[in-house]
Amino acid sequence: MTQLIINHYEAAAVILFGIGFMNLLLQNNLIKKFIGLNIMDTAVYLFLAAKGYITGRIAPIVVDGILDVEHYINPVPSGLVLTGIVVSVSVTAFSLALVQRLYKSYGTLDMDKIMSMARKEEEE
Amino acid sequence: MNNTSQNTNPKENNCTWKRFVAWVNGEEALTLPKHCISEKVEKSEKSKVRKNWEETAELRQKIYRILSIVICLSIIVMLLITVKELPPFGSSTNPASNEVVERYIESGLEETGAVNIVAGMILDYRAFDTFGESAVLFLAVMCVVILMRRDSNNISAEEDQEIAEDEEFEKEDSNIILKQIAAFIVPLIFLFGIYVILNGHLSPGGGFSGGAIVGAGLILYSIAFGHEKVRTFFTFRTFTKISVSCLLTYCAAKGYSFFTGANHLHSIIPKGTPGNILSSGLILPLNICVGMIVACTMYGFYALFTKGDI
Repeated sequence: MTQLIINHYEAAAVILFGIGFMNLLLQNNLIKKFIGLNIMDTAVYLFLAAKGYITGRIAPIVVDGILDVEHYINPVPSGLVLTGIVVSVSVTAFSLALVQRLYKSYGTLDMDKIMSMARKEEEE
Repeated sequence: MNNTSQNTNPKENNCTWKRFVAWVNGEEALTLPKHCISEKVEKSEKSKVRKNWEETAELRQKIYRILSIVICLSIIVMLLITVKELPPFGSSTNPASNEVVERYIESGLEETGAVNIVAGMILDYRAFDTFGESAVLFLAVMCVVILMRRDSNNISAEEDQEIAEDEEFEKEDSNIILKQIAAFIVPLIFLFGIYVILNGHLSPGGGFSGGAIVGAGLILYSIAFGHEKVRTFFTFRTFTKISVSCLLTYCAAKGYSFFTGANHLHSIIPKGTPGNILSSGLILPLNICVGMIVACTMYGFYALFTKGDI
């Protein structure tokens, strides 16, 4: 338990991930589903940022000419978070465009209603 | 959903493809010729199955909800147990800070010339990763163009009229406070965005954040002064030209630098003195390319989602 309190950023990230995943599975509204997906993305950024931090060190920007590993935090997670943000923006935009097309043709955002309408169309 | 799609029959494959094309074009897939729709054999049986399916809907819903809550909670518990075993937060013996990090920090300044080690990492050591990111952004905006652009395939006459009415209304609605504030603040936003892009190798920031700031400035300009005003200098043609030429420049420049670097050839790109604005080799031009792509993409998403056109 003390370990969990020391690692509270990671624990919060994990819980956020679970909340986002639950949103993704349980919400019927498609836009809320994608909000859940974005919460999951955010949890991953928080986790990566927490893993890169080292107490007492500064951001990896050389201002006073010190080139020592002991002086800076880990720069790799910053790059990974950047990749994650870009991909999540792209995926969100694409999926929202798809959702809008679905809304145009079915008139609802409810996943179940769309599925039953599609099934009916299939049968006719 | 379409159980004929798994058949290898060429005719039916053709049908699936046609339906897909029709769906992409926004037509009703069912307006195709009759034989293209799934065959009607076993219709009675199918409807029986369907009836059963509908009767059990509530039960299935309940099971689905319970199962998903159980799965989510078990994922959270499992991950929390993992987190408990992770090395403590903020410790310097974290296995993630290994010899790769050592290399990046100790020789990053000398090898890339960038004061900002993260910029040196993502635009020099891992430049193809960043190229992939820009390509993903470009691909996403192209998909949104296919799905949302207002053209003969995507829109009916009714909607067209509605949008025209909206535009008419917007013209009459002159929001003086927004316009005055925007006239003052938009140039500052652009200036700040360009500053962030150009100082990407010297300070926190870079192409992605600066491009997002410039894109936000464009969006504010479009909200305050109307879409038509933006279209005088930023049309779909300029959008595609800027995006494609930036991607190609990025690809060519980084390809050259990787080619010379991997073969130990002499590169003509000077490194400059670290700390100067014109230093660190290719990082500054690459930051500008990425910034332009990101700014175009951000504004493109906004314009496509609100007006259906750039």
